[in-house]
Amino acid sequence: MKANANPKANHQILILTYGVVLLFIGLAVYYGYFLQVKSDSVINNSYNARLDSFADRVVRGEIRSNNGQILARTDVDGEGNETRVYPYDSMFAHAVGYSVNGKTGLEAQSNFYLLTSHVNIVEQVINELYSKKNQGDNVVTTLDVDLQKKAYEALGKRNGAVIVMEPDTGKILAMVSKPDYNPNTILSDWNSLVAEENTSGQLLNRSTQGLYPPGSTFKIVTALEYIRENPENYKDYIFDCDGIYENGDYSIKCYHETAHGHQNFTQAFANSCNGAFSSLGLLMDLNGLRNTSQQLLFNTDFALPFPSNRSSYIMAPGADTWQILQTAIGQGQTQITPLHNVMITAAIANGGTLMKPYLIDHVENAGGDIIRKFVPQAYGTIMTAEESTKMTELMRAVITEGTGSALRTDAYTVAGKTGSAEFDKNKETHAWFVGFAPAEHPKIAVSVIVEEGGSGGKTAAPIARSLFDLYFSR
Amino acid sequence: MINLIIDVSRYLMILLIALYTYLNFRYFSYQDEKRKNSICRRQNILMFLIHLLAYGIIWLETEDERMLVFYGAQVLFFLGYLFLYRLFYRNLSKLLVNNMCMLLSIGFIMLTRLSFDKAVKQFTIVAVSAAVTCIIPFVIDRVWQLSKIPWVYGFGGVILLGIVCVAGTTSYGAQLSIGVSGFSFQPSEFVKISYVFFIATMFYRSISFKTILAVSGVSALHVLILVLSKDLGSALIFFITYVFMLFIATGKWRYLLAGMLGGILSSTLAFQLFSHVKTRVAAWLNPWSDIAGKGYQISQSLFAIGTGGWFGMGLYRGMPRKIPVVEKDFIFSAISEELGGIFALCVLLICLGCFLQFMMVAGNMQAVFYKLIAFGLGMIYAVQVFLTVGGVTKFIPSTGVTLPLVSYGGSSVLSTFIIFGVIQGLYILKRNEEEEDKYES
Repeated sequence: MKANANPKANHQILILTYGVVLLFIGLAVYYGYFLQVKSDSVINNSYNARLDSFADRVVRGEIRSNNGQILARTDVDGEGNETRVYPYDSMFAHAVGYSVNGKTGLEAQSNFYLLTSHVNIVEQVINELYSKKNQGDNVVTTLDVDLQKKAYEALGKRNGAVIVMEPDTGKILAMVSKPDYNPNTILSDWNSLVAEENTSGQLLNRSTQGLYPPGSTFKIVTALEYIRENPENYKDYIFDCDGIYENGDYSIKCYHETAHGHQNFTQAFANSCNGAFSSLGLLMDLNGLRNTSQQLLFNTDFALPFPSNRSSYIMAPGADTWQILQTAIGQGQTQITPLHNVMITAAIANGGTLMKPYLIDHVENAGGDIIRKFVPQAYGTIMTAEESTKMTELMRAVITEGTGSALRTDAYTVAGKTGSAEFDKNKETHAWFVGFAPAEHPKIAVSVIVEEGGSGGKTAAPIARSLFDLYFSR
Repeated sequence: MINLIIDVSRYLMILLIALYTYLNFRYFSYQDEKRKNSICRRQNILMFLIHLLAYGIIWLETEDERMLVFYGAQVLFFLGYLFLYRLFYRNLSKLLVNNMCMLLSIGFIMLTRLSFDKAVKQFTIVAVSAAVTCIIPFVIDRVWQLSKIPWVYGFGGVILLGIVCVAGTTSYGAQLSIGVSGFSFQPSEFVKISYVFFIATMFYRSISFKTILAVSGVSALHVLILVLSKDLGSALIFFITYVFMLFIATGKWRYLLAGMLGGILSSTLAFQLFSHVKTRVAAWLNPWSDIAGKGYQISQSLFAIGTGGWFGMGLYRGMPRKIPVVEKDFIFSAISEELGGIFALCVLLICLGCFLQFMMVAGNMQAVFYKLIAFGLGMIYAVQVFLTVGGVTKFIPSTGVTLPLVSYGGSSVLSTFIIFGVIQGLYILKRNEEEEDKYES
């Protein structure tokens, strides 16, 4: 046999072997990481048919409010037939969702937890011997029954949505959408709910998926951009309002053509003067406005565990005057969800840092032991702390001297913004209110929209008032 | 009650395979022949226990008597194989045979659960392959002409791959196989071996620059044809194996470096040129964006692995059949889903153990020809395992290769048997030599 041409061959084989072993270790570590950490969020997907088969061995767990009231439970009769029961009927319809004919809301989001059982091993063995199913884990949400009830009743028979969130944690305390349905009778109502002639859209969760023109609530974005362009002297802006602002062939009316008279920047924001903000739009760098709105998560799919629609901001540099005039006051093509609006508001309340909105506080087994705890997470910083202070000041003025008079009280301080968004020339405007309280140390933020409710200050703000009243009376 | 039995057996199987895997590595730390033998005996017991438990569950779940007959046939096969191989070759590596049997039995278990017909077909192919390849160690020991025919290996490989590329049947977008009188035959599985032999024979003769150029040319031709057939997994395996073998033959780091740079360049080029490469990479980066389309396979695989968790759903309790081609490229996901993540990790470690054995053989061989063959075949094996397991777990983009000895597929089984047979042959050759030396001195 021939002599070895490479005397170091064995040493080099060893090195390469180490390399391969290292790669395999990397693969194994990644694999373990996937199983331990990532798999939960991956498998809880509606395309994962496997979860349905869990139901053969587990009784679906309960969904509960933040202090333990049952929002959804499964009753099992003597013959083992299971019925899903929603004690609050339609009050939590969209937040909790349903679990027949597909799944929505928390029923979909927490499907995996509800169908996984962590009852202790002895009980499992006993259940097995009597061929009984194991009790699935319970999901304890962040939802507050009192606030939800108040929002639900305050909205009444009108269509719209209310969403309440803690700015410093992202916990969603209430989520109401109307019109609604009764999840207890959804099977028998199904045909009429999905019938073609039914255009009311009861199944749609308007709070997260309804897209509305933001109306004057968009002035928050416009004002922020103006502050960014003129950090030192933005307050010097002055506008004389006679109810109708004319620019060439175009005219922009203030709400009910109210003449606001001589307005400085803060007053224009507080009184929601359309003329002032439209003409402000013409002074602005359109690229900047676009960047600011995108920084505030317009045109972005939220990375959240529950489905939401994407708000859209269309206007690009080079837009014509009419589009600029409209966009600056939240009309035109811009659209936003109530969820997104409360997120922006909450970020202002929280010093510029947006917390990730979430609905599940923890998962516990049937015995009450915590299986998994969810902690607040930052979504990101969408403005500086200084900007958030300036915005709070403006939004405080809305209450003290502007359109948010419904929220004037000595009990607590509110900062907010009203909106009356036009969507159809022949119909009433959508009424908006977004805001938080107390202005100094914000505890809760709300977003209210009442479809065709008219003025935001008159219709939406009082709903927010009732929620704040309840919250601060406790 | 049945559920309870099944659950307990599930955990027991995990315990047993963990023990088996532990022994697999413990083996390397012993020098003493007696202790090594005792480890191998224990491994055999563990394997038969796992096999028994699994088929017990299968029978309880299906209540199909055919399963019992099939189980009996497998036990006979394993006993026969273990016994006869030892009878023929006194100096064999028992550990390697054990690992082969362990991986085969896991393959049988999963395939039976997925499709009884395929499992039976696989069993037949395994039995035939085992019988046929039994002779390989004997051939290695006596037929020295194997090192004389480089161009037979080289051109044979190119021609075979060429035929597939031109006339092959397309499956999942790649030309992989040719049909010969009713049998579908996947030449790249065998060309892998002739390819290693080609490189080894060439470099054994000379490592002059001229030879390197010639070998590089022929190797590049192999890879190119595979890329044209859209068999990217195999192309990658061939490429990496060549670069590493060149490095070991010459000992020059600059060749390794150049090879790696070339690999990166050509990967980028392939990404730019071929849409199916782009598709694979996109499905890897974000399978969720097109979950019903391009990302379907990988997301189903991740659902399977994730839902199974560390301990698995239990046989027949998961939905592995939701994953397209689960019995071939994605068998690892099925194992992970139903037998558990720990079990699957053990399978990965057993494969790693096989690779380490290959490398030890390579290290022990004095003759360059044998050294290169052991090294080359070992690399082929390691890269293939890495590509398939990494692919189904989304560690790397999926390339569509099988898990040797576990996945369904006749060509893959036979070629792996040949590879293990060759390594076994080299091991025996070495030990026989050592014995003779001892005897003479």
